[in-house]
Amino acid sequence: MSQIYAVLVDGVMYAAWLFLVALGLTLVYGVLKILNMAHGSLYALGAYAGVTLIGPWVAQGGNLYVSYLLLVLAAIVAGGAIGFIMERGLLKRFYGQDPVVLLLVTYALFLIMEDAIKLVWGVDPYTVSEPYSFLGNFELGDLSYPNYNFLIVGVALVAGVGLSAFLKFTRSGRLLRAVIHDREVSQAMGIRVSRYFVVTFMAGAVLAAIGGALTAPTVSVAPGMGVEIVVLTFAVVVIGGLGSLPGAAFGALLVGLVRASAVHYWPQGELFSIYIVMALVLAVRPKGIFAPLEARKI
Amino acid sequence: MKRVIQRGMKPLALALAAGAAIASVATTAHADAKPIKIGVVTFMSGAAAGPFGVPAKNAAEITAAELNAGKVPAPYATKGFGGAPIELVYIDEAGSTSKQVSEYRNLLNQGVDYVVGYTSSGNCLAIAPVAEEMKKVTLFFDCGTPRVFEDASFKYVFRPVATATMDNVGAARYVAERKPDLQTYAGINQNYAWGQDAWADFEGTLKALKPNTKAVSSQMPQLGAGQYNAGISSLLAAHPDVLHSSFWGGDLEGLVVQAGPRDLFKKSLTVLTAGETATHGKTRLPDGVIIGARGMYGMFAPDNALNRWLRAAYSAKFNDTPSYPSYKMNQSILALKAAYEKAQAANGGKQPTPEQVIASFEHLAFDAPAGKIGLTLGKGHQAAQGTAFGIVKNVNGKVTVTDVKQYSIAEVTPPEGVKSAEWIKGGLKH
Repeated sequence: MSQIYAVLVDGVMYAAWLFLVALGLTLVYGVLKILNMAHGSLYALGAYAGVTLIGPWVAQGGNLYVSYLLLVLAAIVAGGAIGFIMERGLLKRFYGQDPVVLLLVTYALFLIMEDAIKLVWGVDPYTVSEPYSFLGNFELGDLSYPNYNFLIVGVALVAGVGLSAFLKFTRSGRLLRAVIHDREVSQAMGIRVSRYFVVTFMAGAVLAAIGGALTAPTVSVAPGMGVEIVVLTFAVVVIGGLGSLPGAAFGALLVGLVRASAVHYWPQGELFSIYIVMALVLAVRPKGIFAPLEARKI
Repeated sequence: MKRVIQRGMKPLALALAAGAAIASVATTAHADAKPIKIGVVTFMSGAAAGPFGVPAKNAAEITAAELNAGKVPAPYATKGFGGAPIELVYIDEAGSTSKQVSEYRNLLNQGVDYVVGYTSSGNCLAIAPVAEEMKKVTLFFDCGTPRVFEDASFKYVFRPVATATMDNVGAARYVAERKPDLQTYAGINQNYAWGQDAWADFEGTLKALKPNTKAVSSQMPQLGAGQYNAGISSLLAAHPDVLHSSFWGGDLEGLVVQAGPRDLFKKSLTVLTAGETATHGKTRLPDGVIIGARGMYGMFAPDNALNRWLRAAYSAKFNDTPSYPSYKMNQSILALKAAYEKAQAANGGKQPTPEQVIASFEHLAFDAPAGKIGLTLGKGHQAAQGTAFGIVKNVNGKVTVTDVKQYSIAEVTPPEGVKSAEWIKGGLKH
């Protein structure tokens, strides 16, 4: 297989993983205008919840097909519950304040959650890799890829397409778009904005947690795993334009392909490649490539 | 005759009585001695905590407790440090290098007498000049960069464990012997001082041993990247005869998990210089992978009284065997005790000053579970050790090593005054 195909496959796989996590971040920013620094902790929470649920299941010889459902279930429960507590317990008290205040509040949440994770799960790593190899490999030329990676591509596609369809074709989605467009007018028109806020934040948290849970079988789940992902997903949503779903998809694809190209053709430059792309994009389009238009309020 | 004896006995009896009195005073003094506070810095959070920081902290805890109880075998059977109990103060190494410098100063404000710490090479390079400025005896217990004492010299800083040069020269020697027909090699190492130096030393040694070999890929992912599939694809496509990695901590475990289903370690003879820690968790290293333990530690450690004590004490308390970071922490604290008590003896049994401890520490030879260790490099501040490599073989779900080969100090370490890179480039001559 030529190296170009390898770059494409590796790039798309990495992009799908990034997109799955970035989707929740951009959704939350789009609706609530919060740059959620705690998004990485929600990702880590999903990973921990996932391994906690499937660890004993796998150890007792449980059906591995079920383990994938358990991973997603753990992420939905953990992400939804913590997302609800975070939004209702803290964030709603800061709406309307300077975005920097909300940024600091979510950073504080990030620090609290990092320590809470250590308190609950300790500092020893958790490894449950059986679901990663169970689905077998897909041969592509002289390279083979675990089918699990294609599962993540599929889940990312479903999440992206599903969310777009929800926003476009459902009544709730259209109302949510109205909230995104102008929350004050939406409220004046009788839309229960606070309900949309909590549901949206919970959805963003669940998406981050699903990203973490599906990543868990491929890595060693350990404290600190949420830090790296925050930086990467911020790069993705900034490139694409904050609050834009197509932007997040484009940003993830661009980052994935550039990184894969660097790995194959210029390994020493992998570290910088993502930030070079981000710097170039922001130099030309300071608000990102697909930054949503904002109506000027009079 | 009787009178002669009696006359001769009088001074002897007086001397014995005086000695007993002095010993009694000294014992009382030791019993009342102010505890010696040691600042222990290691990863207590982040991806390095599980495989590195926690085993190191555990080792510090049991070493201090067993020393205080006088349960450590000779020559460390005296309680604490010369009778004074040891008290440990822990600091988390996670976070930026600048944070570590601040934390180091905070540690000194807590009144610690000595500092033992640091896994990250970057942290060691940053802390060494600060220790010098603050005039605090500081021991590096794990970091590998040889640059600490090759690019500078320090009075207050010691490293009673070996550098990473030993790991990579040993790894190159082992693969060259195991695969005499090797033509190509590749590497995947973390993109910072540790990974870059490790790759340079491995590549340089292979070039010296087998000049006709060539590198076909060198992956340098970010520290803590987590996702290595693209790098694995590139390495698979390059078809190297030998694959080298100095990955450690969560990166090592992530690589093992992701490379396993793709048979990367089966398609190339793989050497993991820090692979021993991965044999302690649930990560499964496949048969045939070559691992090192950064010295004669863990499954490579010799059978001696100190090693038996360490393994028994660690297993009893933590229900696990000590991994190499545990050995290195233990070795560092034992080195400090040896230096302290040597200085104390030279000081007439009184508590030595830091300068007296430094004088006895330089060029020290001391005993450890890994054997006799000598601070023969870095003007007497840096230890030199031999090392060993072996091949993983899973037996009944337990990781063992076969084909163990030990390397002497001369085979894996440059002579005093010669920089590692120059020694390797010059053909590894002594």
